[in-house]
Amino acid sequence: MTPVPDGKSGVVVAMSGGVDSAVAAALLVQQGIPAVGITLRIWPSPRRADDCGRFDSCCSPAAVEDARGVAESLGIPFYVLNYEEEFDREVIQYFMDAYVAGETPNPCVPCNSRLKFGSLYARAKGWGATQVATGHYARVEYDAARGRYRLRRAVDLRKDQSYFLYNLTQEQLAAARFPVGHLSKEETRRLAGEFGLAVAEKPDSQEICFVSGDYRRYLRERLGVAIRPGFIKDTDGTVRGRHQGLAFYTVGQRRGLGIANPKALYVVDLDPETNEVIVGEHQDLWTREVEVDRVSLIAVERLSAPTRVLAKIRYAQVPAAATMIPLANDRVRLLFDEPQRAVAPGQAAVFYDADDPDLVTGGGSIRRPCNLSDRGNRLFQRSA
Amino acid sequence: MKIYLDHNATTPLHPQVLAAMTPFLIERFGNASSLHAWGREAKAALERARMTMARALGTSDKDTMVFTAGGTEADNLALAGVATAQAGRGRHIIISAVEHHAVLNTATHLARMGFEVTRLGVDSDGMLDPDDVRRAIRSDTILVSLMHGNNETGVLFPISPIGRICRERGITFHTDAVQSFGKLPLDVEAMQVDLLSLSAHKIHGPKGIGALYIRRGTKMQPILHGGLQERSRRAGTENVAGAIGLAAATELALGDQESAAKRMTDLRDRLEQGVMASVPGVLRNGHPTERLPHATNLAFTGLEAESLILALDLAGVGVSSGAACSSGSLEPSHVLLAMGLPRDRVMSSARFSLGRMSTREEIDRVLEILPPIVERLRRVNAGLSPALGAR
Repeated sequence: MTPVPDGKSGVVVAMSGGVDSAVAAALLVQQGIPAVGITLRIWPSPRRADDCGRFDSCCSPAAVEDARGVAESLGIPFYVLNYEEEFDREVIQYFMDAYVAGETPNPCVPCNSRLKFGSLYARAKGWGATQVATGHYARVEYDAARGRYRLRRAVDLRKDQSYFLYNLTQEQLAAARFPVGHLSKEETRRLAGEFGLAVAEKPDSQEICFVSGDYRRYLRERLGVAIRPGFIKDTDGTVRGRHQGLAFYTVGQRRGLGIANPKALYVVDLDPETNEVIVGEHQDLWTREVEVDRVSLIAVERLSAPTRVLAKIRYAQVPAAATMIPLANDRVRLLFDEPQRAVAPGQAAVFYDADDPDLVTGGGSIRRPCNLSDRGNRLFQRSA
Repeated sequence: MKIYLDHNATTPLHPQVLAAMTPFLIERFGNASSLHAWGREAKAALERARMTMARALGTSDKDTMVFTAGGTEADNLALAGVATAQAGRGRHIIISAVEHHAVLNTATHLARMGFEVTRLGVDSDGMLDPDDVRRAIRSDTILVSLMHGNNETGVLFPISPIGRICRERGITFHTDAVQSFGKLPLDVEAMQVDLLSLSAHKIHGPKGIGALYIRRGTKMQPILHGGLQERSRRAGTENVAGAIGLAAATELALGDQESAAKRMTDLRDRLEQGVMASVPGVLRNGHPTERLPHATNLAFTGLEAESLILALDLAGVGVSSGAACSSGSLEPSHVLLAMGLPRDRVMSSARFSLGRMSTREEIDRVLEILPPIVERLRRVNAGLSPALGAR
């Protein structure tokens, strides 16, 4: 790729071994774009077969071989990069810090912005490529009027992954290429079959790629002493039981509290300062007001006035109407028209254009409400 | 133009070697252990190959040579074979920290089986002091295994003085000579070794064949059990065509060894000097003079070797670094780490190894391609801080 032969700049394709990134690579090749396949190895590499206690193929994960096979059948160069340390530092550390702080992380967000479109993109430039392609279901377009790159939801809303890409910078969006963003999952699979890719029938991957099974067990193994048991209190401050560590609870959780109560109890707050889990009844889970920090704006450079938006406070949600009020220090306040259930600090809040709901206008990280002293008033607050 | 500068990894089969092997893959296919004509024909060829190998190591005793399925098996046989046979005398084994994984991991395996392994360190040039061997030897030491030419840095260990020390103490001495065999004159008497591993595919022979020299009287046991081939030292139907290929590659290598080594050294030095003249911040890893004739290991400060290797590959130049893990990604070199080099220097180091077919045109082309790639990677690497990108 270094001397680009035909004037077309090269693209590095982040290949997971799954069908989406395989088709993304195939589509680039079909368009005659010089492509290089890359798999980021994020899991530890055992030095010997006996290190993993098994004699079978555990040391050469199938995903890498799948990606390698696809690259080979497409006739593009393929490399596996050792991202073990970087993934640990940029994604796993964030994931664990969030849980220790009583927050609910979105590990895919830093994986996209700091790894795939961060350091991988930086490396790709060194190899002479100008863009990074992934198998994400999302779209990028250029808004000539404003001179800005914009992010759009995928055509297939069931598969849309733009939520996990909200904090890409303008430079990153300019470098991002999502070849399957305009396809439905069925079309992707059909194309994979037509391209003769061996991964055409491969099942979709699970949510957290580095945790197999129960994330709580993973946290227990990784965090060890950082997990401190403490009290479970209700919204009146009465001790109702003991918890095993904030990391094992999420706002909205009902199961596993071990408290007898006439009405169902839910986790409504996790307080990292007092190390308390606060439980309440169903109505205590609902709020209209959500504060968001570390806001990244895509469609415009800055916000100056309250704006009507649609917003999501978790991935699996239909965007809801809200008014977004700009605050200082890259923060905004969302005032939803309707109360939202179980708003979990640490999760991404992502904003969409009220008139063009496919357009991702930005997003940020949900803050834990700072004044929880009067919980009753917090609920069903009137808009300011 | 594709330019291959990774001959320490493997080399292309030489057409003459293939020509020597082909009859033994097709019409002269006999099993060397069969008593009929087909078997006799294969056996005779096998023993001629064995004699070639013995002579190449300075002995006329062909029964000292055992054919193996490559350098790794030869190393495994040397370590595990001696350890098993001599466990009654002691359980202490001495190796170095910069050995090939075939030795390192076999020693680790033996340590799990109850043997005790001392891993000798090296200095910042990758050199080992024979006195360190003398000091490490204990009354229960049964084996010393130290490589001749290092596969990553090319550094040559002082084998003869170490051999003398081991012989004085009656300790079996093995050397992994996979990288030096065929490139330097080797003589098992001068080197005072009891066991020596070599491999065919590093010298334009086929993959899957190597040999272990075993001095008469060395207490060994086989590690592969089965038939009585190789005088009961290595079971399994003999790889006759492979052995013929190894012998043919050996004859080819020894035929013009001195002039080939000189040619490769000249080209290697041209590459080294050219890179250092055109690219700032390049450091050579390893001893300046005590080294193999055809290889160099260079640190390009301020960039990642992984990216350099990848960019060179995309530009048609094959070089390498460290050891590839099972998935194909790179691990930091244990050899450079053992030399005490800082981690960022280790991560920015790449190995260039020439072959007898390397040309001056190829080296000059690399000297054209390399500097702009290094410059671009350094520019990009400057932005590769942990602060990159928004979370």
